[in-house]
Amino acid sequence: MMLTQDVWEVISLSLKVTTSSVLLGMLMGIPFGAFLGLYSFPGKRLIIALIYTCMGLPPVLVGVIVYLLLSRYGPLGSLDLLFSAEAMIIAQVVLVTPILAGLTMAAVHGKERTYWETAKSLGATPLQMMLTIIREARGGIWSGVAAAFGRAISEVGAVMLVGGNIEHHTRVMTTAIILETRTGNFTAGLQLGLVLLAISFLFNSFLMVGMMNQMKSRRR
Amino acid sequence: MNRLKLKDLEVSYEGRTVLQVEQAIFERGRIYGIVGPSGAGKSTLLRVMNLLEKPTRGSMQLFGTDVELPSLTYRKGVPIQRKMAFVAQRPSMFQATVFDNVALGLRYRNLDKSTVQKRVEHALGLVELSPLARQRAQTLSGGEAQRIALARALACEPELLLLDEPTASLDPYNISIFERVIQQVNHQQHMTILMITHNLPQAKRLADACLFLHKGRLVELADTHTFFHHPASAELQDFVSGRMIC
Ligand SMILES: Nc1ncnc2c1ncn2[C@@H]1O[C@H](COP(=O)(O)OP(=O)(O)OP(=O)(O)O)[C@@H](O)[C@H]1O
Ligand SMILES: [Mg+2]
Repeated sequence: MMLTQDVWEVISLSLKVTTSSVLLGMLMGIPFGAFLGLYSFPGKRLIIALIYTCMGLPPVLVGVIVYLLLSRYGPLGSLDLLFSAEAMIIAQVVLVTPILAGLTMAAVHGKERTYWETAKSLGATPLQMMLTIIREARGGIWSGVAAAFGRAISEVGAVMLVGGNIEHHTRVMTTAIILETRTGNFTAGLQLGLVLLAISFLFNSFLMVGMMNQMKSRRR
Repeated sequence: MNRLKLKDLEVSYEGRTVLQVEQAIFERGRIYGIVGPSGAGKSTLLRVMNLLEKPTRGSMQLFGTDVELPSLTYRKGVPIQRKMAFVAQRPSMFQATVFDNVALGLRYRNLDKSTVQKRVEHALGLVELSPLARQRAQTLSGGEAQRIALARALACEPELLLLDEPTASLDPYNISIFERVIQQVNHQQHMTILMITHNLPQAKRLADACLFLHKGRLVELADTHTFFHHPASAELQDFVSGRMIC
């Protein structure tokens, strides 16, 4: 298998699923993580423990749970989403949101109290204050995004289960690699693996450059 | 309307009372110096007034607005917060340009772009740091950061300005700029200013009246001449003559 149209299809679906799930995960995980990093309330320790546990959830387990939820007789069966790109996105959102929330929380918590006091003192509403601190902690949050992206694009267990590796429909890079290898097309499997590596590398380089700039501009 | 009044204020940490003020009244448009030994509760007083710390009891009357401090929520406090500005002893600069740092309070208030531009430029001009507008705030020297923090507070055009040892780590040149700006906004905008300082000559130079805090209590509040030349309490007599050690 050379870089034919089929391969482009697989790559672009991979990117589409991964980007969508990371973006959705950011939308939920970053504000939630920032909230946890800023405020204390009863039960917070328990939530943090849960997040840290979920950061290491086995993808296959997430796959099984989402599968059961979406299967015909499951609670969300009526949505008819099993074996679709949307199902894969749902599973990956479950995988990446705890990472984004956990690393955002750590980044926000690591900013000294004086930053949020300064924002409050300057007249920020609670929401404006949170946005300022998220902005201020962006270096750490970007590393969360990189970690989430890496986890999502290289993950195979969950997308295999809920997507089903259906040609022209739910086949992504990782599931294609498995298929090619299993059917003896080691070259094709390796080629796809290299593409996967290249994408991860490119993405992380962008983030690295961003973080490096951040460090350079910081003197004290 | 033209008064700032604290009443029955008490702050304690883990059962230890660190500040207790039965009553204090400040007149609009005057400069107040706050002095007292280390640990007397000076910073705590300003932090409570700036709603950064919640007292166990107490109320504040801020130029016509009554605030019951212990029960005040963050959201309800925002309009009150926006009447005042606070410069901490070691101000924090956000990772952005000097301009954006000074503009922050104005952007929180959703002011339009041209007003923000005008006010930031004016504030930077006051502290004589206009050329630094495009510099990253993280790269400022300590003295510059202090002046930018003052500009950031002044840009908000507060009715009340709270300063916590603003000149403690400044050289004489920076101190004189700071003092001149404080006097200028006090005269021109009728801004009320409360300023903590360990520098007694500075309090004499700037303040219309002074407060003496000792062991968490407000021991004396009097006009500056009386405060330094005819102190009523034995503690203040010891303090101004340099005999008090703790
Ligand atoms: N968060 C806190 N928890 C416990 N104790 C505190 C806290 N904040 C302040 N204190 C105590 O309250 C007392 C008053 O502190 P404060 O910072 O107001 O003193 P200060 O008059 O500003 O002193 P300095 O001149 O050294 O700045 C101190 O004894 C301090 O240890
Ligand atoms: Mg202090």
